[in-house]
Amino acid sequence: MSDARVTVAKTYKLYLGGAFPRSESGRTYPVTDAKGRFLANAAHASRKDLRDAVVAARKAFGGWSGATAYNRGQVLYRVAEMLEGRREQFASEVAASEGLPAKKAQSLVDAAVDRWVWYAGWTDKVATVLGAANPVAGPYFSFTVPEPTGVVGVLAPQRSSLLGLVSVLAPVLATGCTAVVVSSAERPLPAITLSEVLATSDVPAGVVNVLTGKASELGPWLASHADVNAIDPTGAGPVGRVELAREAAGTVKRVLAVPEEEPDWTAQPDIARLRQYLEPKTVWHPMGV
Amino acid sequence: MATATLPVALADATRDDASLRRFLHGLPGVDQVGVEQRAAGLGTRSIKKAAKLWAIDTAISMVDLTTLEGADTHGKVRALCAKARRPDPDRPDTPPVAAVCVYPDLAATAVEALAGTGIAVASVATAFPSGRSSREVKLADVRLAVTSGAAEVDMVIDRGAFLEGRYGQVFEEIQAVKAACGDAHLKVILETGELATYDNVRRASWLALLAGGDFIKTSTGKVSPAATLPVTHVMLQAVRDWYTATGELRGVKPAGGIRTTKDAIRYLVAVHEVAGEQWLTPTLFRFGASSLLNDLLLQRRTQLDGHYSGPDYLAVD
Amino acid sequence: MSTWEYAPAPESRDIANLRPSYRPFIGGEFVDGSGEPLKTINPATEEVLAEVGTASVSDVDTAVKAARRAYERTWRTMPGAERAKYLFRIARLIQERSRELAVLETLDNGKPIKESRDADVPTAAAHFFYHAGWADKLGYAGYGPDPKPLGVAGQVIPWNFPLLMLAWKIAPALATGNTVVLKPAETTPLSALVFAEICQQAGLPPGVVNIVPGAGDIGAALVDHPGVDKVAFTGSTEVGKQIQRAVAGTPKKLTLELGGKAANVVFDDAPLDQAVEGIVNGIFYNQGHVCCAGSRLLAQESVVDELLEKLRHRVSTLRLGDPLDKNTDIGAVNSAEQLARIRDLAETGDAEGAQRWTSPCPVPERGFFFPPTVFSGVEQSMRIAREEIFGPVLSVLTFRTPDEAVAKANNTPYGLSAGIWTEKGSRILWAASKLRAGVVWANTFNRFDPAAPFGGYQESGFGREGGRTGLEAYLDV
Repeated sequence: MSDARVTVAKTYKLYLGGAFPRSESGRTYPVTDAKGRFLANAAHASRKDLRDAVVAARKAFGGWSGATAYNRGQVLYRVAEMLEGRREQFASEVAASEGLPAKKAQSLVDAAVDRWVWYAGWTDKVATVLGAANPVAGPYFSFTVPEPTGVVGVLAPQRSSLLGLVSVLAPVLATGCTAVVVSSAERPLPAITLSEVLATSDVPAGVVNVLTGKASELGPWLASHADVNAIDPTGAGPVGRVELAREAAGTVKRVLAVPEEEPDWTAQPDIARLRQYLEPKTVWHPMGV
Repeated sequence: MATATLPVALADATRDDASLRRFLHGLPGVDQVGVEQRAAGLGTRSIKKAAKLWAIDTAISMVDLTTLEGADTHGKVRALCAKARRPDPDRPDTPPVAAVCVYPDLAATAVEALAGTGIAVASVATAFPSGRSSREVKLADVRLAVTSGAAEVDMVIDRGAFLEGRYGQVFEEIQAVKAACGDAHLKVILETGELATYDNVRRASWLALLAGGDFIKTSTGKVSPAATLPVTHVMLQAVRDWYTATGELRGVKPAGGIRTTKDAIRYLVAVHEVAGEQWLTPTLFRFGASSLLNDLLLQRRTQLDGHYSGPDYLAVD
Repeated sequence: MSTWEYAPAPESRDIANLRPSYRPFIGGEFVDGSGEPLKTINPATEEVLAEVGTASVSDVDTAVKAARRAYERTWRTMPGAERAKYLFRIARLIQERSRELAVLETLDNGKPIKESRDADVPTAAAHFFYHAGWADKLGYAGYGPDPKPLGVAGQVIPWNFPLLMLAWKIAPALATGNTVVLKPAETTPLSALVFAEICQQAGLPPGVVNIVPGAGDIGAALVDHPGVDKVAFTGSTEVGKQIQRAVAGTPKKLTLELGGKAANVVFDDAPLDQAVEGIVNGIFYNQGHVCCAGSRLLAQESVVDELLEKLRHRVSTLRLGDPLDKNTDIGAVNSAEQLARIRDLAETGDAEGAQRWTSPCPVPERGFFFPPTVFSGVEQSMRIAREEIFGPVLSVLTFRTPDEAVAKANNTPYGLSAGIWTEKGSRILWAASKLRAGVVWANTFNRFDPAAPFGGYQESGFGREGGRTGLEAYLDV
C-alpha cells in the first residue's frame, strides 16, 4: 500500500429527524478503540438534542405506525440488505470498537443482519400472534389488536455496539414505534454508521434518532420526558436504571425489565421485546340487524 | 290531519315519493343490541304495592279486548262485550276496558252490545290481517266498519309495498283510509314481525305518523313475533320524537303476545320512561289483547285480597 | 293523569348477613389485625355497618410470609388441573352466595342493587370461571410451553367495584400459580372478607389468598414488602405513579390500571337513541365511579342540539336514591371525601364558564348523593374536560370533522377507553384505529368480559386484565 494517500476520515455526527447534525451544544468527545487509540470525535449530545429527537420521533410516529405491516417489513428487510452491503465496514468498526478479532466481529455483523431479517418478518405476524377474537358472553364482536405504544427511548447496550444495538432497536421499529436511541458512550461509531444505513433504507426521517453521548446524562431526561411512552434502560447500567425507573413513573412509562448484566446478544430472541412496545387495544361492536 | 301545521322539514318530507324516501332513510338508525338491552334493563323495574295496583287498573283501562277469529260469532262478540263492561262482576270498582276489537262484519253487534257504556268499538279493516287486496276493497272494508258504528279503525299497512320501498304508496293508502274513517280514530298496524328490523319499524312509524295515523300499532296478532318490548320502545320513541317536533300527541298500541300482568307492567314502565307520563292514558296507549285481561283481574284480586286467586273465579272470555 | 310513583322496592338488607365485626384473613384464618380497627359506613345513610379489624405493617409481613409458604409448599407445585378446580369452586360459591354478596356490596359501596346484582357479582363469578380453565392450559397461552408464576402477588384494589376488582386481580393470579395478599379499599372492605370465607368454603389451601384490610399505609407496606414478587394496582393515577416509583429498581413485576377521561364520540349518523343510552351508561353507571367512564361527550356540531335534548330527557328519568331499591339507577357516592371532590370539580366547571344542567331528580337529605349533571359548552382547556371527576358529571364538547374528533379525544394524558357512535362501518374501524385507548367501544359502552383484555395507554396504566393477554401480568415472561 502506498503511503502517499491520506484517508478521508469521517466526521461522526448525530442522526436526528433524518439529518446528521452536530450537537446543538457544539460539544464532542474523543472515541478510542479498545486499545485506547483515537478513532474519531463523536458528537456529545445534549438534553436539547434529546428534546429535538423526541419531537422528531413523535412527528414520525403517525406515519410509521400507520404504514402497513408489509411496508414496515420491507423497510426492515431493506435495512438488512444495506447492512449486508457494508459488512466489511461494520466488521472493522465493531472490531475496533469492541477490540475483537476480525472473524468474531464479522460474525457479530452477520448476526446483526440476520436480526433485522428476523424482525422484518415479524411486522405482519405479531398482530396475529398477540391479537385475539374475544369470545365474550353477549351479542358483540370483540377483538384485541396490539398497537404500537408510541415513542420509545432506548438506552443502547454499552458493550455490544452493533448487534446489541440492533437487538434493542429492531423490535421497536417492527412494532411501529419510533425510537430515540442513546448509543453506547464509548463505542458509538457503529451506531452512527448504522444511522447512515437507516437513512438510505427507506426508514422515514425521525423514525430512528441516534444520539451519541452519555446514558447517565441523557437517560433521566429521556425517562422524564412526558412525550416518551416507553423506555429500554439496558444501557443505563444497574444503578442508572433505578433512577430511570423512578423518573419514568412520573408519566407512567412502560419500562422494559432487563437483566442485571448485558445478555448474550447472539442468542435467539423471543418476542418479549415486541410485546413490551405494543398496547393491546380491545374493540367491541354489537352484532345485530 | 292538519299537515299545514307541521314544521317545514316534516311537511317537505311528504312532498313526493323521493322526498319521503330521503326523509325516512335519513332517520337515525336503531341499534338492535342497544335497544334490546335498554328494553331488558327497564324490564327489571320492580313495581310493588300501590304502584302495582295503579298499574293493573291502568292496564285494564287500556285493553282493547280483542277477538279476531274465523270462528267469531255474534254470540262470542256479545259475551266479550259483557266482559268488557264488567270485567270482574264481583269487583264493581274494576275499571272497564278501553275498547272491544272485532272484524268489521261484527262491529255492529259490538256497537249494540256496548251502547251507552263509553267503551269504544274498534274494528280491524283494510283486508286484515295481510292487507293483500285492492285499494277499493280495503276502503270498502273501512266504510263497513265506520258505517257499523266503529269509533276506531285498525288498518294494516301494505308491508309488501313498504319492503319494496314504495313508501309513497303506503303513505297515500294510510291517508285514504284516514279520510274514509271520518271521525273514527285510526290505528295503523305496522306488522313489525314482517318488517323484521328496528330501522324499518322506525321508518314505518314515522310514515304512519306523517300520514295521519292517530295510533301506531305493532301487530295483527297473526304473525310471530307480534308485540315485543324493544319494538314498542322504538315506537314509543317515535311518538315522543313526533311530539318534540310537532307538539302533537299520538298513541301506541302493542298487540299480540302480551298475556301476563308482569308483561303489561313492563310495557307501562316503557311508556312512562321512554315516551313520558303523558302517555299513561287509554287515549294514548292501548294493549291489543284477549287473555291478558283475566291475568290482570287475577292479579288485581291478589293485590286487594292479600292472597292468590284462581281462574275459576273469573269469567272465561 | 296523576303521576305514577313507583312504590319503594327495597332489597332486604338482612340478606347481607352483616356481622358486627370483620377481621383480616391471613394464612387461611380470620385473625385479629393489630392495626387500628376501622368503621365502614353505608354511604347512602352514613350509618356504621360494621367494625373491621385492619392489618398493621407486621400483619402484612405475616400475610406475605403465609403467601410465600403457600406458594412454595402447595400452590406452585399443584398441577394446574387441580388449581383449576379450586377456582371453579370459587366461581360456583360466588354464584351461590350472589344475592348476599350483591346486597353487601350495595350497603358498603352505595351502588344500586341492580348493578351489584346484575353486573358486579355475576361478572366476578365469570372471572373465576374463565380463569379456572386457564390453570391447566397455560402452555397454550403463547408464553412458551411451560410459563412459570412469579410468586407472591401484592394487590391493591379500589372502592368502585370492590368484589369485581378483587376477582380481576385474584382469579388470574391464582390460575397462573401465584399466591396473593390483597388489600381492599379502606371504605369497602366487606365483600373481600366474605370472599375470604368463600375461600375457606372452597377448601383453598391456607395462605393462597390473604386479605389485609387497611388504609393507604398498608397498601404501601404491601407494595414495598421485599417478599412480594408482583404488584398489581387499580386506582388513581396519582397513587399509581407513587407505586411505580416505589417499585422502581426492584425485580417486582408491576401492572397498573389507573384513571381515565374517556371521550364518547357521537357522529351525526349515529343511532341516536342508543347513543343516548350509551352516554348515560358511560357516565352515570356506578355514579360515574368508573375509571373508563365516558366522561367527555364529543358530539358532532350538526347533531349536538338534538342529542342534548334527548339526553336531558333521558337523564331526567334516572332514579336517584336508596341503593337497595331495585328501581334505583344512581346510588350514593362512596364517601364524603369523594363527594367533596366531585362538588369542587363541578364548581370549577361553573367558574370556567361551562353551562351546568342538573337532573331535576330529588336528592335524599342523608347520605352522599350527587345528582346527574351535564355541562355543555365545555372547552378542551377546562378542568372538567381534563381531570378525572369520578362522579356523575358529563362534560359536553363538540367537533366538526372526524379528524378533529379524534384529535380532541386523544388530547389527554390518559388512554383507558373511548366510545364511537356512527352507523358507518368504515368510520368505526378508522376511528377505532386512531383512538389512543386500550378499550374502544363502538356503538356500545362499558362492556366488560373476562375474555376481553382491559387496560390503558399512557397514564391510564400498563398491563391488561382479562383474556390471554391478561395472563402475562402474572407470568415470569
